[in-house]
Amino acid sequence: MKRLLKGARVVDPANGRDGLYDILIDGDRIAQVGANLQAGEGTEVVSIPSNLVITPGLIDMHVHLREPGQEHKETVATGTLSAVVGGFTAVACMPNTSPVNDNAGVTQYILKKAAEAKLARVYPIGAVSIGQKGEQMAELGELKDAGCVAVTDDGHPIRTALLARRALEYTKLFDMPVIEHCEDPSLKGDGVAHEGLVASKLGLRGIPGEAESIMAQRDIALAELTGGRVHIAHMSARQTLDAVRVGKARGANVTCEVAPHHFILTDEMLAAPVPYDTNTKMNPPLRETADRDAMLQGIVDGSVDVIATDHAPHHYDEKHVEFDRAPFGITGLETCVSLCFDRLVHPGLITFSRLIELLSVNPARILRVPGGSITEGAPADLTILAPDLLVKVDAKAMKSRSKNTPFDGWELRGGVAATIVGGRTVYSNPVVGLSI
Amino acid sequence: MKKDLLGIDDLSADEIYRVLETARAMREIGERPIKKVPTLRGKTVVNLFYEPSTRTRTSFEIAEKRLSADTLNIAVAASSVLKGETLADTAMNIEAMSPDMIVVRHASSGACHLLSRICRSRIINAGDGLHEHPTQALLDAFTIQQHKPDLAGLKVAIVGDLLHSRVLRSNVLLLTKLGARVFVSGPPTLVPRGIEQLGVTVSARIEEAVQDADVVMMLRIQQERMQGGFFPSLREYFTLFGLTEARIRLAKPDVIVMHPGPMNRGVEIASEVADGPYSVILEQVANGVAVRMAVLYLLAGGVEHETAA
Repeated sequence: MKRLLKGARVVDPANGRDGLYDILIDGDRIAQVGANLQAGEGTEVVSIPSNLVITPGLIDMHVHLREPGQEHKETVATGTLSAVVGGFTAVACMPNTSPVNDNAGVTQYILKKAAEAKLARVYPIGAVSIGQKGEQMAELGELKDAGCVAVTDDGHPIRTALLARRALEYTKLFDMPVIEHCEDPSLKGDGVAHEGLVASKLGLRGIPGEAESIMAQRDIALAELTGGRVHIAHMSARQTLDAVRVGKARGANVTCEVAPHHFILTDEMLAAPVPYDTNTKMNPPLRETADRDAMLQGIVDGSVDVIATDHAPHHYDEKHVEFDRAPFGITGLETCVSLCFDRLVHPGLITFSRLIELLSVNPARILRVPGGSITEGAPADLTILAPDLLVKVDAKAMKSRSKNTPFDGWELRGGVAATIVGGRTVYSNPVVGLSI
Repeated sequence: MKKDLLGIDDLSADEIYRVLETARAMREIGERPIKKVPTLRGKTVVNLFYEPSTRTRTSFEIAEKRLSADTLNIAVAASSVLKGETLADTAMNIEAMSPDMIVVRHASSGACHLLSRICRSRIINAGDGLHEHPTQALLDAFTIQQHKPDLAGLKVAIVGDLLHSRVLRSNVLLLTKLGARVFVSGPPTLVPRGIEQLGVTVSARIEEAVQDADVVMMLRIQQERMQGGFFPSLREYFTLFGLTEARIRLAKPDVIVMHPGPMNRGVEIASEVADGPYSVILEQVANGVAVRMAVLYLLAGGVEHETAA
């Protein structure tokens, strides 16, 4: 079956497009992209209203789907539903499940669940070490063959510099990045909040930004030593961004990502409006204004490669406890697009094209997965965005099984109209009402 | 006052003065042969303690009894926590029995804020984690006032483990609100980041903090928190930061020495100082009852329930 999406603004930076184009989808592939394409016999024509924009499918390269083992928080099915509602056609999921995704069996299980759900594409990320214990390297070749696109011990950094070095060397065989959760465990200690005035006032144990940057410096140095590719996950501290800039300038194979909460919120949120709100507790923590502003600057000047959500669902019961007992993490899939429009594009900090680089082009490039562009012959993974849609965040209405977001009630400009994966419309926002 | 007393942070200077004035009247009750007034008759106060405490719990209980409240002590470490019940559930169960006030001591900072959001009962913070211990700061201020009626302009030195001290945080907030000049001193490993932004002067050496001080307040070295290796040994700590006779002589001649207890003699304070003429440590304990009576009275008796914010 052929469908012709007609008359839309298309933002496709990988192909240098930002203008009015028609897109012809044939089955699960992009058949043709061009101006004023003619619909052949039997082709369904969908006119796209002028207030919507078609982009390559968005890819969130840092998501916790929690399955197997923590299905009360999220499943592959609920997580991928959350993803497509948020405009993501693909997600890469972290291996800290139970059991850990350190072998092909777990990888295949996740992929089977994803195939059953038929929503977003799922790219599993394997563990660097067996059980993420930081001792023995997992069978990375087997993980790669089973479908893993990267490896990480996320939740923790790779425990020793030696193992990090070996992983960076060994993954060169497969051209896979090593994704690092950068945190010096001894400096983090039992900290639960950014070390600074707010934590001091609230009596919360602090985690300095240097806990992150010191580990990032280690890993960037090892990337230089080995020629392996390191990707710094959920960067939060200005010192880490500096380390990445220095590494890039020296030619190290380093890329990095920032989560929306780290370029929007600060640790002030721990004190007000709701003091000790556990939905402001995540790791790395919300940091101070200088760090938040540095993240914005990095997004603007190109130092930041990717925006990823670190979608970390937790059950209400787990979060409805004392601050220091609550687990770290917030959901992110269903708020990311609106937050990026409202805080980055509409204020004029970045262009629409740059947003698509951050949310689609670069994640695809780093993970070496299809997508990131609207190219003839490529899978028809498309996101249709509604840049001016007024959105009021409603945690209760979210499709993720967990509702732990600090953005509940926020009013934002920018949203998702529809999500198309492999030519199939997997989500159409009823508020926009696009028949597609 | 607000519905709850979660911290000094919530109180204005006027409200602090009102507690202190009320405490003066309450203190007088404690000096009568029959130390009981009917003010809180028919009110139920639950003392919900998640951390062991002798002084604070006893002080609250005596205060409640002197005001004729029905009191109930729950030491939770021994019961529900072991059965896996959450703080919120325990609180809602207590709440179902319609107490008027819940006095809470808990090891987690912010635990009282959590309870404040889910309970209609008035919550009084009797110490939450590293955050605040407001009635301690109020009784400290009351004690200072008895010796030096005007707190404005006084030099107050607070010395010890600043990082882990909720007494410090409440006292800094209160004393700066009333215009005292606060100097804090302790090993640099135990100084909370950014504390100077709260309007205090951080002195690396105890001598500088104590010099010409009107009040010296010592904080307990919490030995159970010393696994972190914040300083090499208790012996070295006493050498560098212990309040000795020689050091107290740097202060004003009429200095008073305070300690929230329990004291570690020979660690943060020399016995000669703790038991010396300038020590008001036992007055603090005595005043604790009067100040807590004032807080209970103002919260429960003073105003009727508003809807929980």
